[in-house]
Amino acid sequence: MSARAFLRSAVWAAACSCIALTAREAQAESDFAYEEVSGRIGIETRVYPESALYPGQASHSSGVVLHPKLYLEDADGKSVTVAPFFRFDSADPRRTKADIREAFVLLFGEAGNNEWELRVGIDQVFWGVAESRHLVDIINQVDLIENPNEEIKLGQPMAHLTWSGDWGVLELFGLSFHRPRTFPGAGGRLRAGFIIDDENVTYESGADERHLDLAVRYTHSFGLVDVGLSAFDGTNREPTICLPTTLGGAFTQHYEQIRQFGLDSQITVDAWLLKLEAIRRTGFQNLFCQSEEDYSAFVVGGEYAFYSVWDSPADLSLLAEWNYDERGEQATNVFQNDIFLGARYALNDVQSTDFTLGLLEDIDFGTRTLSLEFNRRLTDNWALNVEATAFLKISEADFLQRDLKNDSFVGANLSYNY
Amino acid sequence: MIHRPLLPRFGCLLAALAVAFPACLAAPSTAIADARSPEEMGLQIALQAQERGGGFGDFTARQTMILRNRQGQESQRDVRMEVLEVDGDGCKTMFVFDQPRDVKGTAFLVHAHPHDSDDQRLYLPALKRLKRISSSNRSGSFMGSEFAYEDMTNQDVEKFTYKYLRDETCGDLTCSVTERAPVGKRSRCSRQVVWHDRDELRIWKVEYYDRKNAHLKTLTISDYQLYLDRYWFAGRMDMVNHLTGKSTVLNCSDYEFRTGLDDSDFTQTSLRRAR
Repeated sequence: MSARAFLRSAVWAAACSCIALTAREAQAESDFAYEEVSGRIGIETRVYPESALYPGQASHSSGVVLHPKLYLEDADGKSVTVAPFFRFDSADPRRTKADIREAFVLLFGEAGNNEWELRVGIDQVFWGVAESRHLVDIINQVDLIENPNEEIKLGQPMAHLTWSGDWGVLELFGLSFHRPRTFPGAGGRLRAGFIIDDENVTYESGADERHLDLAVRYTHSFGLVDVGLSAFDGTNREPTICLPTTLGGAFTQHYEQIRQFGLDSQITVDAWLLKLEAIRRTGFQNLFCQSEEDYSAFVVGGEYAFYSVWDSPADLSLLAEWNYDERGEQATNVFQNDIFLGARYALNDVQSTDFTLGLLEDIDFGTRTLSLEFNRRLTDNWALNVEATAFLKISEADFLQRDLKNDSFVGANLSYNY
Repeated sequence: MIHRPLLPRFGCLLAALAVAFPACLAAPSTAIADARSPEEMGLQIALQAQERGGGFGDFTARQTMILRNRQGQESQRDVRMEVLEVDGDGCKTMFVFDQPRDVKGTAFLVHAHPHDSDDQRLYLPALKRLKRISSSNRSGSFMGSEFAYEDMTNQDVEKFTYKYLRDETCGDLTCSVTERAPVGKRSRCSRQVVWHDRDELRIWKVEYYDRKNAHLKTLTISDYQLYLDRYWFAGRMDMVNHLTGKSTVLNCSDYEFRTGLDDSDFTQTSLRRAR
């Protein structure tokens, strides 16, 4: 971890502790009706069986994760949640880090037939319905260095107001203090041949990371159909990676001002879930800071569940999704024209054992990625997770993924939940 | 690229619940005055039992499940629940999980419609993700327990055909024994035999038989208490699986009635607020 990054983490952690202490103090004064400490301690290891493409990259990594959560609630239901996150990683100093996943105050109440809720502080928000990719989801930055699957997110400072009634749910977001995406350092795997600078981040806005981003979302259910409409105006969460301007210079992250309109919908009929997510984004440059190009992208697909298969309590779900990005080979992500096929086998036993298998096939480049996951609860507190990702086939023309061709990995994670 | 969108079988818990205390009513039904055939008598008992159970308004309770396997190893599930009757449209139930700890804070919202398929939503706190899930899963096990979703859905009188068998003593009481068979084909059970006491129409025992007529499971209900001078709610349910030797004990406690819950406590926003 570089000095600056460490400083940043330390400031985050200090702020977090501060909020926790304030909350405790407040509790002493006003007697919170309910207090709870929960969380997870994890021991993790990852092994990369193939030799690294670049010097300095580790063949395995081990680590420890701490993710405690403090929750305080007063008699009226007002609450404070604080959840810091700490990771130590043996291979990549950048992956040794601290973050505040959550630190917010929550208020809610009723006004006539409507209900309101306000959350102020650092929080995480999920939008969408698809499994292979979260296309409309834009509030939080991806904590990419945690896991390449883009499922893990950094905490985002925000004010989040929800207004709901028979007519649906309307949410307004004010967001500031943009978080840059986390990328592996020189010792890390699952990175490009070059190292992406994580310190000299640049912004299109003169306000830099302090630009006030705005977002609005409306969701409603019409019988079997759930619909979400969203709009975002502000600092992009996806960086444009700019080529070095000087020989031997760094690849830098640049965050532009964008506008995105999103639609997500799910139809739930019997054992079918039919899903659609689509966006229209303007103001974002295409691959390698070339030119700004407005574009649309979507993911469409579904899921079907077979319950109590083979005369057992187990369920088998099959998933298929098609990801499409109008920019084609100029797209800034790997989902420009990809088919995802998945299967989930859940035993429904005491240990909640499940197996998940996913295959992502790139139609344009022929790149094929296989992922496997296994989960099992060992006792009421201990749980085991094993995941593996295999880059089965990567075309040299697939610029975004060709550097990953030797980075197939198997990881195991033993967690104590309390 | 895929995370773990696990869809635990929370529905079954609802099942256990509804077996022990009466389902929310669709609409008041009148007992058949002159039931003569065994089928009419069976239906009459079911209708009367359902009618007695309606009108509680809302309640909250805690449930603890102890799951035991054949070797006697135990595992525990702790759940908080809130139930609201909806005028003319079944009931809404929210479950929040405390134990096991890896699913702590997971919340499950069901709107059970009497004549339609249920509306089910799940909140996964680790991802902060709200999902609408399929409600067509009926015979599955809840979190590895011996309780199943169909135990709940079959409480709607229309979803069964009935046949009165006999009266017999059950403990200090006299019970009417009826047989019921699910109308739908999805159920793994072909028929159930139910013991209602004649005084209060409380269910004391249910035997489950599979399609090959093998005795699959037995549910025994006990520790009934009277609330609001009218409603009998069970304190304990024991489900034994005779094929696997596994069993589940479900203890319900801390019942509180008419706590002032309303529709706003059963929305997607309140689901996300569960802790």
